[in-house]
Amino acid sequence: MRKCIVLLALVLILPLTALSAAGKAEVKVIKIGINAPLTGSIPKVGEGTKDSAEMWLSDIDKAGGLEVGGKKYKVKLVIEDNESKAASAVKANTKMITQDKVLIIIGPQSSKQAVPAGEVANNYKTPMISPWSTNPKTTLNRPWVFRACFLDPFQGRVIANFVTNQFHYTKAAVLYDIASDYPKGLAEYFKKAWEKLHGPGSVVAYESFTTGDKDFSAQLTAIIHSDAQFLFTPQYYNEVALIVKQAHQLGWNKVITGSDSWGSAELVKLAGKDVYGDFFSTHYAAAGAKGATKVFIDRYKAEYGYVPDDVAALTWDALNLAKTAIQNAGKLTGNIDTDRKNVRDALATIKNFKGITGEMTFTGNGDPIKSAVIVRINDKGQFTFFKQVKP
Amino acid sequence: MQYFLQNLVNGLQWGSFYALVAIGYSMVYGILMLFNFAHGDIFMVGAYIGFFTATGLVALAAVGNIILPSWVIITLTMLIAMFLNAFVGMAVERIGYRPLRDAPRASAAITGLMIGIILETGNLALLGASRRAFPPLIKPVTYNISGVFITNQKILIIVVALSLTFMLHLFIRHTKWGMAMRAMAYDFVITPLMGVPLNTIIALTFAIGSALAAAAGVLFGIAYPVLGPYMGIIIGWKAFVAAILGGRGSILGSAAAGFLLGFIEIFVVMIFPSTMRDFIAYSIILLILTFLPNGFFGEPYSARLRL
Repeated sequence: MRKCIVLLALVLILPLTALSAAGKAEVKVIKIGINAPLTGSIPKVGEGTKDSAEMWLSDIDKAGGLEVGGKKYKVKLVIEDNESKAASAVKANTKMITQDKVLIIIGPQSSKQAVPAGEVANNYKTPMISPWSTNPKTTLNRPWVFRACFLDPFQGRVIANFVTNQFHYTKAAVLYDIASDYPKGLAEYFKKAWEKLHGPGSVVAYESFTTGDKDFSAQLTAIIHSDAQFLFTPQYYNEVALIVKQAHQLGWNKVITGSDSWGSAELVKLAGKDVYGDFFSTHYAAAGAKGATKVFIDRYKAEYGYVPDDVAALTWDALNLAKTAIQNAGKLTGNIDTDRKNVRDALATIKNFKGITGEMTFTGNGDPIKSAVIVRINDKGQFTFFKQVKP
Repeated sequence: MQYFLQNLVNGLQWGSFYALVAIGYSMVYGILMLFNFAHGDIFMVGAYIGFFTATGLVALAAVGNIILPSWVIITLTMLIAMFLNAFVGMAVERIGYRPLRDAPRASAAITGLMIGIILETGNLALLGASRRAFPPLIKPVTYNISGVFITNQKILIIVVALSLTFMLHLFIRHTKWGMAMRAMAYDFVITPLMGVPLNTIIALTFAIGSALAAAAGVLFGIAYPVLGPYMGIIIGWKAFVAAILGGRGSILGSAAAGFLLGFIEIFVVMIFPSTMRDFIAYSIILLILTFLPNGFFGEPYSARLRL
């Protein structure tokens, strides 16, 4: 019996020593993991992530590598497809952390994947930056998880305040996907913010559907027969296209507002004239951009042939946050656990980072302080800057 | 009242898709006692064929500088998609099901699931994951009939779905081919001995079911112009429910059940919070099946009269 235990202990210890020995090897390349929805329900988001990351990498390569503590390191991107599914995002993170030994992970983009995948990164003590996930749960009580964007409660408040100040409306309708973290969270935060401004019962229609639904006629009929003055629908672009078309066919002619999930280059292609004149809150507006943001947009457009959406811009910022953190860490020891810890600590204290989606400051936790933009879709189908809203 | 009527129209449109897809399930089941689980994906393929045909026709008309009225484009798209998708259905039967005709039923059923997955992922590999926007074939015109909003698209969808259902019903009841199908449904073993060509009839069954699925796909593209490789799964499942609910192999039964399903889904949202839609809708259907285990128009199992 005792022999058995000793043997078992040996079997368990051996791989551990082998692992730590491997971990001490000298660093030659810095591996950065990208967890992106290349296929699945929002492939355009995955495409933007990948294109942005590759453009960023080409800059690093051109400079001969990433300079950390006076030494240049080659950077390698490990890009994994999460199929826009929570389970696959978890699997991708686990693989990149345990097998590829990445130093830091960028992604996943949507909260549906970022919330569960953040758990994995946090448990394995690997820094992760989700560029686009606005749900508070992604970073809540997770010292290792960061984001490059603002949060849902903030966005719910932004829309509520914007509509109140701009149109002086008092009655709102909401249509959202109850089976998806992002729209559900945002719908709730909006409702809370709106009722705080206009009293309980001021959200006169609060309708939902389930992921994959194509017909919203029953919900929209209920909304139209309520006395709502505008509709808020924090959905992804492919659903927004169907919602706005059906709403108009059922006789709705009032304003429809959305959130940053609208901000895809695909939206206008799918929805056409039906979204013209509508508003959404987001991270940046391509039309009317200035300075470094404009440089990024022009370069991206020349490279890939389409205007980068907010996902691409935020991914760019997330990668540069990672770069700054790695450089601020000062050195790479070769022990992956120590290096991950150093990068995390450096990331949590980045101040006044000049991103192309605005200035960001981290104050010890994973959520940056930054501002939001209200975008109007104009008569040519372009996303134009309408207003900036400070936190 | 307006509220009710509006939802009635909504339900009619939504039920049209279930009805057309359910008929395909039901016909194959009637003859082969087999659920063609790939049928939802055949519907998806039909929608894509419709997408390419419509896009092609619009482009062709633009190149040749011909002004094609929209009803010509729609009719052509519909016919071409139905014709081509019939071959897709026959190919699925020839490649997937025929070699397994004498195999256990479970093998044939998983074949259907596998073909479905192959069609979905094949589409994903071939065309990429980007959503396709179905070209706007008809300019939507909204009619306001004392507060009830009906578009020309809705009317088109409902009329086409109903007329296809009745045409098929007449075909099954009043033609020699239809009689052969009914005979086959009655007895799968003896009928071929009487000189009815087994393989031809089965291929024809698949062809008709798939053509209807293509019609549903084109109409779906017109109403919900965002196409994706996985669009057929949920519709397929729910149409499957309608096929059972309608009664095994009953054409009008499955169509009626398809519309009923559409109504229930819409009316549940009208009365209850939309959060509970599918939960309540499918609990109701479960209840119906408890009291009518053979569906609405299904004969008891022993009668063997299936189509």
